[in-house]
Amino acid sequence: METLSAKPDTRNVSVTPRPPKKRKQGLWQSIVRQKYLYLMSLPFVIWLFVFNYLPVWGWTMAFQNYKPSKSFSEQKWVGMKNFVDLFHDERFYLVLRNTLAMSILGIIFGFIVPIFFAVFLNELKGTAFKRSVQTVSYLPHFVSWVVVAGIITKLLSIDGGIVNDILMSLHIIKEPIQFMAQGKWFWGIVTASDVWKETGWNAIIYLAAITGIDKELYEAARVDGAGRFKQMWNITLPGIRTTISVLLIMSIGHLIGIGFEKQFQLQNALVTDYSEVLDLYALKYGINISRFSYGTAISMFTSVVSIILLFTANGIMKKTTKESIM
Amino acid sequence: MAAKAFNATRSEKIFDICNIILMAIILIITLYPFLNVLAISFNDSKDTVRGGIYIWPREFTWENYKTIFGYTGLLQGFKITMFRTIAGTILGLISSSMLAYTLSRPDFRSRKFVSTFLALTMYFSGGLVPTYMLMRHLDLIGTFWIYILPGAVSAFNVFIIRSFIDGLPYALQESGKLDGANDFMIYYKIILPLCKPVLATIALFLAVGQWNSWFDTYLYNGNKPHLTTLQYELMKVLASTNQGSAMANANDLANQMAQVSPESIKMAITIVVTVPILVVYPFLQRYFVSGMTLGAVKA
Repeated sequence: METLSAKPDTRNVSVTPRPPKKRKQGLWQSIVRQKYLYLMSLPFVIWLFVFNYLPVWGWTMAFQNYKPSKSFSEQKWVGMKNFVDLFHDERFYLVLRNTLAMSILGIIFGFIVPIFFAVFLNELKGTAFKRSVQTVSYLPHFVSWVVVAGIITKLLSIDGGIVNDILMSLHIIKEPIQFMAQGKWFWGIVTASDVWKETGWNAIIYLAAITGIDKELYEAARVDGAGRFKQMWNITLPGIRTTISVLLIMSIGHLIGIGFEKQFQLQNALVTDYSEVLDLYALKYGINISRFSYGTAISMFTSVVSIILLFTANGIMKKTTKESIM
Repeated sequence: MAAKAFNATRSEKIFDICNIILMAIILIITLYPFLNVLAISFNDSKDTVRGGIYIWPREFTWENYKTIFGYTGLLQGFKITMFRTIAGTILGLISSSMLAYTLSRPDFRSRKFVSTFLALTMYFSGGLVPTYMLMRHLDLIGTFWIYILPGAVSAFNVFIIRSFIDGLPYALQESGKLDGANDFMIYYKIILPLCKPVLATIALFLAVGQWNSWFDTYLYNGNKPHLTTLQYELMKVLASTNQGSAMANANDLANQMAQVSPESIKMAITIVVTVPILVVYPFLQRYFVSGMTLGAVKA
């Protein structure tokens, strides 16, 4: 029966005989038998290979002095030169600082605000009001960063932007502030925009997790005289702890690869010292001025650090809370 | 005892009122920017310069909308965006549902391999430059295909659909097999119709992603006026007074038009670009809420 198989599975033969329904067929036989399953998955596996795995092969460019006109065998290998250049570039450290600053701010606020929003929203009694708050809170998620950047710029403008108008009328400031033109405001603006855009959306998962908490726990707490804050702190938050830690690990994994859409759309020439992040840096060097190998080295640095962070976060979480994503 | 109960309800009441106020503030912060954009888009563009438009236009006019609908770049962008949204959504639905079905079959021999192969793509990517070079080698730059091919298979979407299929009774598939249906027929005739709710969620994710994307246009097709998308056109218009914002190609017609666009015109374009996607999401809300939850559990 195994004769037809390309790779006979003999590993288990001498060990305890397996129950017949678990008996493995030859690979070729099972391919023939499950040909439709292979036809339905194989094209997409090839697809993934081309669009997701082949670019990783492109990392070799980081060790070359890559010239697009030459074939792979004709490229000149330069070892770690591009990385040495990268680590000697002062700009790189500025960009790394910006990336870390904005991603850490993003994790702190983008992570905590949705949890609190979900917890407080859950305490709302009127269901119609609750539902409308929730529906409206998703709204910004469906809008592109192009639109959000336009809106934020409008809100913060010195002529007729509501933020300056409110601050002026409350006499907190005497002159309108040019928020978008000063680097020191940029990190805060990016973080606040992100919180505005994604809080409602990110709260979905927590709200769902809260729904799964046993209602009797609240009853019992109320009998014991626990107030609403106590209930939130002692029942709701521990009740969604698993969800919180899984999402925290995932966001730490993305710490350094925070993307660049918001920075790209919100930046302008006056604030580049604060707005440029690793991906924008890679875009500028790698594509706009065609230093492909250098740009690849930047991308590769980003990916490797992300993976290290992901595994570290996962490891720490596994030890401390027994939760993990892998 | 009675006094204690009274106290408890009074503090509960205070809490409820504070909470309602808090939520109302969040509601206003979320909605105000949209209402502001809407009001400015309906205000006379010369009057807008004076400032002070909040949620109601001072000098109501349809002029801004009439102006932008005469702008060819926008109509062209609308067409391309529509095409990519429809094509990208359909392709994404087919790929993720087919893959999800094969991964949900416990007896599929290569299930583990495909599943790992797919999951790994969630944790790393080649990065900007290698991806760009790949597109160059594949001759996709400057074509419509670049909008829909690279992102057609998404691990996240596949895993959401798979968890949904896992929740369906397996007996349905076995009865299909007894009736002599092959695996593809089971997928097409039995699984797909049952997956409508989760497919609606994924369709929304895919459509929003396609509708809102601008970076692929910027990176690959920025100098191809017949292939630029709505978001990219909006970006050009919005960037027109942001001094120093680095627009790569500043001498095409759209940009000349953008250079002189008053605030009200910009806001009218923003509304036109935004409204189509905002119209659909409330109808799909109950689906994507459960979809997100499924995704979080598995992914």
